[in-house]
Amino acid sequence: MLKLPIYLDYSATTPVDPRVAEKMIPYLFEKFGNPASRSHSFGWEAEAAVEEAREEVAKLVNADPKEIVWTSGATESNNLALKGAAQFYSGKGKHVVTVKTEHKAILDTCRELERQGFEVTYLDVRDNGLLDLEVFKAVLRPDTILASVMFVNNEIGVIQPIAEIGEICRARGVIFHVDAAQATGKVVIDLEALKVDVMSFSAHKTYGPKGIGALYVRRKPRVRLTAQLHGGGHERGFRSGTLPTHQIVGMGEAFRLARLEMGAESERIRMLRDRLLKGLSDIDEVYVNGDLEQRVPHNLNISFAYVEGESLLMAIKDLAVSSGSACTSASLEPSYVLRALGREDELAHSSIRFTLGRFTTEEEIDYAIRLLHEKIGRLRELSPLWEMVQEGVDLSTVQWAAH
Amino acid sequence: MSYSVKVLDHYENPRNVGSFGKEEEGVATGMVGAPACGDVMKLQIKVGKGGVIEDAKFKTYGCGSAIASSSLVTEWVKGKTIDQALDIKNTQIADELALPPVKIHCSILAEDAIKAAVADYRKKHAESV
Amino acid sequence: MFAPVYLDHNATTPADPAVVEAMLPWLATRFGNASSRHEYGRAARRAVDEARSQVAAAVGAHSTEVVFTSGGSEANNLLIKGAAACLKPGLLAVSAIEHPCVIRPGQQLVRRGWVVQELAVDSLGRVDPGRFEAVMAQKPKIVSVMLANNETGVLQDIERLAERARSVGACFHTDAVQAIGKVAVDFRRLNAAGVQALTLSAHKLGGPKGAAALVLDKRVDVEPLIAGGGHERGLRSGTENVAAIVGFGLACELAVGRRADLARRLLGLRRQLECGLLACGATIFGQAAERLPNTVYFAFPELDGETLVGKLDRAGYAVASGAACSSANPEPSHVLRAMGVSPELARGAVRVSLGGDNTQEQIDGFLCTLQATVARLQHLTAMSV
Repeated sequence: MLKLPIYLDYSATTPVDPRVAEKMIPYLFEKFGNPASRSHSFGWEAEAAVEEAREEVAKLVNADPKEIVWTSGATESNNLALKGAAQFYSGKGKHVVTVKTEHKAILDTCRELERQGFEVTYLDVRDNGLLDLEVFKAVLRPDTILASVMFVNNEIGVIQPIAEIGEICRARGVIFHVDAAQATGKVVIDLEALKVDVMSFSAHKTYGPKGIGALYVRRKPRVRLTAQLHGGGHERGFRSGTLPTHQIVGMGEAFRLARLEMGAESERIRMLRDRLLKGLSDIDEVYVNGDLEQRVPHNLNISFAYVEGESLLMAIKDLAVSSGSACTSASLEPSYVLRALGREDELAHSSIRFTLGRFTTEEEIDYAIRLLHEKIGRLRELSPLWEMVQEGVDLSTVQWAAH
Repeated sequence: MSYSVKVLDHYENPRNVGSFGKEEEGVATGMVGAPACGDVMKLQIKVGKGGVIEDAKFKTYGCGSAIASSSLVTEWVKGKTIDQALDIKNTQIADELALPPVKIHCSILAEDAIKAAVADYRKKHAESV
Repeated sequence: MFAPVYLDHNATTPADPAVVEAMLPWLATRFGNASSRHEYGRAARRAVDEARSQVAAAVGAHSTEVVFTSGGSEANNLLIKGAAACLKPGLLAVSAIEHPCVIRPGQQLVRRGWVVQELAVDSLGRVDPGRFEAVMAQKPKIVSVMLANNETGVLQDIERLAERARSVGACFHTDAVQAIGKVAVDFRRLNAAGVQALTLSAHKLGGPKGAAALVLDKRVDVEPLIAGGGHERGLRSGTENVAAIVGFGLACELAVGRRADLARRLLGLRRQLECGLLACGATIFGQAAERLPNTVYFAFPELDGETLVGKLDRAGYAVASGAACSSANPEPSHVLRAMGVSPELARGAVRVSLGGDNTQEQIDGFLCTLQATVARLQHLTAMSV
């Protein structure tokens, strides 16, 4: 029996894997101690669990557990990384480089750095969503202290050339931060090999709980950060605050499972993604956003031309997916990521992000394909744009009465 | 976002979807909005003797509220004279569909579509006289 | 071996079974991101909203005044640094017995041109009225005094302090993480007296770790510490920790509902404990002050606190030697220092903090063990002299 709505929004968040939840529960009950309590077994037991989880997180990305700092999530990790590095190294320079398609947690933090007196360059991407290394190299300056590029894009799933960017940064003495929230469990991350200095992680995008994340801070060569949350001096002073043991245990288990199961899982998901793409490709005027090769198999972002995104979401409410247009706000803003790819607004407005995951089934994909065929057809019947295109009108030549 | 029952009804069962033949007598078209803004409405009216709107059809590219607003307007203008149709205000549309504040622009667009269609009719009519 | 008796509820509390029950569905089955617009997301949003109402109701606040954070430390950082960022540098006054997550953010502000004044306390750990008055005369811009101290349990007359602070135009904040669920905390009433912000934490009152709140008068401008997406009215970005927030909401509701009964019971246990402690020669810090019904902070002259809690742990009683902070801090408690306690006596400090799961029998057993342990240690000390 198919359970509706079908969840195809694994990049927004993932369910906690039942195996992870099971490991978490004892840490709310009998193992509830505060890991900072040094005077009794409740505290030691919690601390041991926290350290075991730290090892699991480190193992997934081939790092040393001492390089892992717990945070409340990727947003906090990104804030700590960017503000912490920029503030610590501000004596060397004030220039920061990032990319226009980064997550809001990076872009908003960069805006704040600008208010603090830093200068930020926001790089364009190519129309496939990937960063042009030559463009990146060209903007680095002697006073560039920090660069931040995400590993896997949350909207279009493209994988940035992190290894190459790392080499460039290391050669130029630029601290390199990578937001890997969408990458863990999807691509192999080897921090022994990658020249990345700081990396952000989130548990809830990889079948762990919400409210917990981590920041990798390289020890060799040593990277320093200015702390952003002050207090009891937890996490070697990087981040104060009581550690939420059950969430940390959950993240550790989730990352352990990711390490063990990633290979087989990615193959299965790739098969499903290809099935979805094939099933939709016989609809006219369908465009895939972002590079299809340099991309995690979990993501398919498609524009259905001449159909508006919000009405499409309404029509396919049996599918839990995201639309390219951020309609939570008053203005119907098309996705800034798709805009950065040079997509015309109407295509950006018409995009749907399908993200597949551990619990997606073939049956669900087939249902989605059928539903989309039916609803796209219906909405195009309703669409004056579709009608005009069928009549041979070139929409770009139309004078729109903008309002 | 939660839609009102009326918006859902119009969205699920839009009234008067379609287009009139371009050559049909008394047909006028109002096209408002822009793809870049996320909504385009095409409202067509078929005006008979005495300036009475005998029929209306629409096509809309836009969100559920935009589709519902234009569907509602096709119902409302039928049987009205073009002057009466011009009296339809966006606030009436918004009230009828219980549009939330962020969707008021859909009702404004629908009102604009009526105005544009009537203007088109008058333009053609003036030429033909 | 029997399970150890937990007597360290001011460090953290076990989650109430009903709270865990309420949280679990939000992990694996109702797992949506509260910002998503589909049904998974909307369900999560409704759950967060309901928890927000529960937290607000527990302290008599409006739900729009509740800003969720990842913990009490973050909430305190947010208020101190965030409010300071919206003001021209001036004077920040914090009590000398605040938790480090109030004191340290204050110290950070010094680099931005702020001056920090510590509000001295008397020998019972209450803010000294004369010294408070002297600082108020210098017109501080932000004042932070905790409602109940985590080490001594001593309560402050927050309304009176806030009224005075308001009269000089200061923003007044109180850290209430130890108070809620043990004494009445009414934000509307405090707010009327001049308290503009109040910190709460879930794991101190039978909720999970990982959720807390800053209850904030909306007239106070605060800059966010964590940017990116504009969650929590722009004051705190980041995907909401739905399960923990749900647990926090219910924990608040339960804690406030059972507060009166619990406080009465805890006070009985505390008295029993204190009688026993005094009988074997302990000094109880802040004894004559109004205190939380669950907290007893004591020392035996010439006995090292660390040693004593170590022995007690091995005997099956979990107590604290000082505030449960991160680093193994060899320094005696800053709270006791501020109260004028000699470093020698302060080194002996042991904190017992009771919870709803503790019983008379446990206290009897604890006193028995303590007596024997103290006698043995004193004997050793005497021999070594």
